Amino acid sequence: MVNMKIKTQEISLDINNNFNLIKYDGPLMILISITCLLGIFILYSASNESLDVLNRQIFRIFIAFTAMMLVSQIPTEVLRKLSPWGYIGGIILLSMVLWLGEFGQGAQRWLNLGIRFQPSEIMKLSVPMMIAWYLHEKRLPPTGKELIVIMVLVIIPGLLIARQPDLGTSLLVIAAGLMVVFLSGIPFRYIFSLIILCIPSSLLLWKFMKDYQRQRVLTLINPDTDPLGAGYNIIQSKIAMGSGGIFGKGWTNGSQVQLEFLPEKNTDFIFAVVGEEFGLLGVLTILTLYILIIGRGLYIASNASDLYGRLLAGSISLTFFVYVFVNTAMVIGLMPIVGIPLPLISYGGTSMVTLMIGFGMLMSINSNRKLVAKK
Amino acid sequence: MSLSSHIKDHQKEKEVFFSRIVISSLIGIGLIGIVILRLIQLQVIEYDFFSDRAHGNRINIRATLPSRGIIYDRNGKILAENKASFQLVVIPEQIDEIEETLNKLANLNLISPKDINSINNEINRSQKFKPVTIRSSLDDKEMATFAANMPNFPGVNLQPRLIRHYPQNEYTSHVVGYIGAISKNDLNRLNRTAYDPNEKIGKTGTELFNEKRLHGSPGFYQYIANARGREIPINSNSIFLDDTPSTPGSNIYLTIDLQLQKLATELLDGRKGAVVAVDPNNGEILTLVSSPAYNPNLFANNLTENEYRKLQSNKDQPLFNRAVLGTYSPGSTIKPIIGLAALQIGATNLNLRHICRGFYSLPGNTHRYRDWLHTGHGSINLHTAISQSCDVYFYEISNKVGIDVMHEYLTSFGLGEKTNIELAGERIGLVPSTEWKRTMFSKAEDKRWYPGETVIASIGQGYMLATPLQLAVSTAALAMRGKRFQTNLVLAHEDPLDQIKEHQEIVELDAIKIDNQKHWEEVISAMQNVMQGNGTARNVGKDAPYRMAGKSGTVQVISIGQEEEYDEDNIEEKFRDHALFISFAPTESPKIAVSVIIENGQSGSQVAAPIAKAIMDKYLGY
Repeated sequence: MVNMKIKTQEISLDINNNFNLIKYDGPLMILISITCLLGIFILYSASNESLDVLNRQIFRIFIAFTAMMLVSQIPTEVLRKLSPWGYIGGIILLSMVLWLGEFGQGAQRWLNLGIRFQPSEIMKLSVPMMIAWYLHEKRLPPTGKELIVIMVLVIIPGLLIARQPDLGTSLLVIAAGLMVVFLSGIPFRYIFSLIILCIPSSLLLWKFMKDYQRQRVLTLINPDTDPLGAGYNIIQSKIAMGSGGIFGKGWTNGSQVQLEFLPEKNTDFIFAVVGEEFGLLGVLTILTLYILIIGRGLYIASNASDLYGRLLAGSISLTFFVYVFVNTAMVIGLMPIVGIPLPLISYGGTSMVTLMIGFGMLMSINSNRKLVAKK
Repeated sequence: MSLSSHIKDHQKEKEVFFSRIVISSLIGIGLIGIVILRLIQLQVIEYDFFSDRAHGNRINIRATLPSRGIIYDRNGKILAENKASFQLVVIPEQIDEIEETLNKLANLNLISPKDINSINNEINRSQKFKPVTIRSSLDDKEMATFAANMPNFPGVNLQPRLIRHYPQNEYTSHVVGYIGAISKNDLNRLNRTAYDPNEKIGKTGTELFNEKRLHGSPGFYQYIANARGREIPINSNSIFLDDTPSTPGSNIYLTIDLQLQKLATELLDGRKGAVVAVDPNNGEILTLVSSPAYNPNLFANNLTENEYRKLQSNKDQPLFNRAVLGTYSPGSTIKPIIGLAALQIGATNLNLRHICRGFYSLPGNTHRYRDWLHTGHGSINLHTAISQSCDVYFYEISNKVGIDVMHEYLTSFGLGEKTNIELAGERIGLVPSTEWKRTMFSKAEDKRWYPGETVIASIGQGYMLATPLQLAVSTAALAMRGKRFQTNLVLAHEDPLDQIKEHQEIVELDAIKIDNQKHWEEVISAMQNVMQGNGTARNVGKDAPYRMAGKSGTVQVISIGQEEEYDEDNIEEKFRDHALFISFAPTESPKIAVSVIIENGQSGSQVAAPIAKAIMDKYLGY
C-alpha cells in the first residue's frame, strides 16, 4: 500500500509538471477509464449486441468525461462559495419538479428546461457540498443546534425527492449529507441514538411506502413466494449469478442474459451480467476497481488542504461506495430492489454525468492540495 | 476558555477526520466482505443448483408425434391412412398490415370474410412469433391459387400436416371407426405422458379398440427458448440437446374382405340393418356392416358442431353400430339350435310328428299361440318344422325341453355372451333362464318363470335378444357341427419399420356337445332345404351351383292381438316386422357363415335371405 501511494504520487506529479494547465488526477483517471471501458464491453453483451445502445452509452461517457474535466479545473474555493447557491437552486428545481415535472413510469422525476434532466441528481452533490460549506468554519464536532440545522438541510431535499416518488435517490441524497456529518466527527452516541431512532421511523416509512415499494421488501425476504411476479427479478438474477460459476460462461454467452430471462439487464441488473458471463473472477475484478476508486477518493479526502475539501471528498467517495454496495447487494438478493444503477457501468446518462462531476470535484480538491503544498 | 473553544484545532480536526475515514473503510470492507461471501455462496457453493436452473430456464421440450398405423383389409386394401393436408398459417410478426393481408386472402376466396374477425382475435391473443392457423385442408385448386400469389403474402405460409383419411368412406365406417381430438374422458383413461395435447385419438371402431397399437409413442426434442418461449437457433456446440425419435404405430390388417363389405353395404342400400359374415374355420370376421353408415372423413376433417348434431339426431342412427351393439329378437333363426337341444335330451326324435293346426294352447289354457301359417302345417316332423319354420312343432316340444336346457344350448352356441370381437361396446344380448328371471325381477310373481314364456322362447321371441354378430357366430358353430373359434377382427399387425407381420392367433373354443352326428346332419339338411328344397327361402337358393343352408326369421316389432290380422300394408313402417336370415355354405365343408338383419324388412326369407345368398356367391366365387 505504502509503495503504491508513493508511486502514484510520482506519476501524477510528473504529469502535472508537463501539463500544468490541465488539472486532473492520474490514478483516478486511469481507474475510471478502465471501469468505463469494461462497462462498454459488458453493456454490449447485456444489450444483445446492440450497437445503438453502445453508441449512445459511449456518447454519454464522452459527455461525462468532459464534465469531469471541466469541474476539475474549478478551484475548490470557487466550489465552496457556489455551494449554498447550488443548494438553493437545487431546492427550487426540485419544487418545480413537483409542479411542472414530466411523468414517467409512475413517477414525476424529470424537468424540461431546454434540456431534460432530473434535479434530484444535482442534490446528490449539492447536499454534501452545502453541509460541508455549513461546517467548514465551525468548530468540530458540531453542536446539537448545528446538527438540527444540518438535519433540516438534509431532510428538505430528501422529502422533496421522496415525494416524486424516488425512494432510492432520496435515501442516497440523505446518505450523502449524513456522510459529511459522520466525517465531521459527530460523537458516536449521536450515531447510536440515530440508529435507534431509525426503528420507529422505519415503521413510519413502511406506512407511507407505495405498494410496489413494500412489495420489493417483502419479495426480498422470500422471492420464491411469487416466482413469476415480484420475485421474478431476484430469482432470475440469482440464477444468472450462480450459474456463472467461477469463470463465467464467456462474453455474450450467458443464457440468462442472451435469452432475456434476466430483467433490466442493461441497467439495474447489469452486475448479474458480469456474474453470469465472467463468473466470480469477473465480479471480483469489477469490485476491485471500485475499491481502488474509493480508496483513491478517501486518500484525496485525507490529504485535502481544508475542511471543506476533506468533508466533500470524503462524502463523495463514501456515497460512491454506497452506490456500489446497494446495487451489488440488490442483485445478489441481499437487499431489496431499489432502482440504483451500477455506477459507471449501467446504461443511462444522468447518473453517469453526476458521478463524473463528483470525480471532477475530487480532482479539483486534489489539485488544490498540491497548489497549497507548492506555496 | 470561551476563546479557545472558538479557535479551530486543525490538527485535531484532521485526526478526527482521519479516524472517521478509517472507521468508514473498515465498515466498507466488512460490507464488501459480505457481498463477496454471498458471491462465493452463489457462484461456487450453489453453482450446480443455479446451473441446473439456468439450463431448465432455456431448454424446452416439444413432442414429435408418431405416425399412426395404417389399417388394411385382409387383402391389403387400405381402409385408413395418413394423408398430407395443407393449411395456411400466418406469423404475425412478419406481417405489417394483418387486416389488409386477411382481406386480400378473402378476395382470393382462401378464407371466408366471416372468419376475419375471429382470426384477428386469435392473432392478437397469441405470441407474435408463433404461427396461427387461419385455414385448414386446402384443396388442390386453392393451393395453386395461393402458390401463384405467394410473393404478395410475406408471413403467410402453407404448412403440411398429416390427417387421417378413410378412402373407403361409408363402406368401412363401423369397422374402422374414426379418430378425434382428445377429450376430457380420454384423458382420464389414457397414459397422459404418451400423448401430446394436439394429437388425435381413436374414438370408435378399430381406431379406438387398437388405439395403443396404432398410436405408437411420441418422441421428444429439446430446443432452446428465450424468456418468452421463442425458439432460438443453436449456434454453439457446447449445448447438448437430447432428442428421442418417435416410434410409429403398427399397421393393422383386418380380417374384413373389402369386396364383401362393399357388396353387403350396397345390398343393404341404406336400409336400417346389419350384415355379418364369418369364416367358420377360424372365427375371422369377413364382413361387418351396419347400415346406414356415415363418412368417417367428416370426423377426420374436424366436422362442425352442426354436422355432428345432424348425424346424432338422424332417426336412422347412422353412428350406431347395429352389427355389434344392436340387439334383436332372434326369432325363428334359433330353431335349428332348439331342435338340436331337443334331440340331444330326447324331447323329440327325428321321426316324431306333431300336428300343426295353426295354433297351440298349453294344457288347461285357452290362450292360442299362433303359427305364422294360419292354416297350419299339418302333421310334420322336426326336419319339416325347421325347413317350413313351423312354430307349433316347437311350441309342442318347448316345455319338454324346458327354458334352462334351451339356455344351456343357446349359450353354448355363443348367444347371450360376448364374442369378444375387437370392437368397443359389444352387447351381450339376452338368453333368458329361470335363474335370470329370479335375479332380474323384484316382485315374487315376476320372479316365477311361466310355461307360456318357454313356449315363445322356443321360437326366439319374448325376452331373448341377440346381436347380428352373435347370430353369425352361432351360425358358424352350426356350420362346423359344433366346432367353435374365438372371433377375430384383426388378422395381423405389422411393424412399419421392419415390416414383420405378426398374425393373430386362432383360438379354438370348447366344442358344443351334441353326441349324435346324425342330429347335426339332419338339422343341417333341413336348413339346406330352407334354401334349396321346399323351405321358406327355396326360391333364393334353388339354382345355386353349390349347397347352402339357412334359416329365416321374421320378428314381430309389436304384438298382434289374439284375433287381429297382421296386415303389412296398413302398418306404419317402424312397426313392421324385422327380417332376419342366417346361412352358411357350402353345406358339406362350410367356408362362410352369414347373418342378415333388416329392420322393418318384413320377411326374413324374401328380403334378408337374398342378401345372404349374394354374399356367399361372391365369397365362394360364383
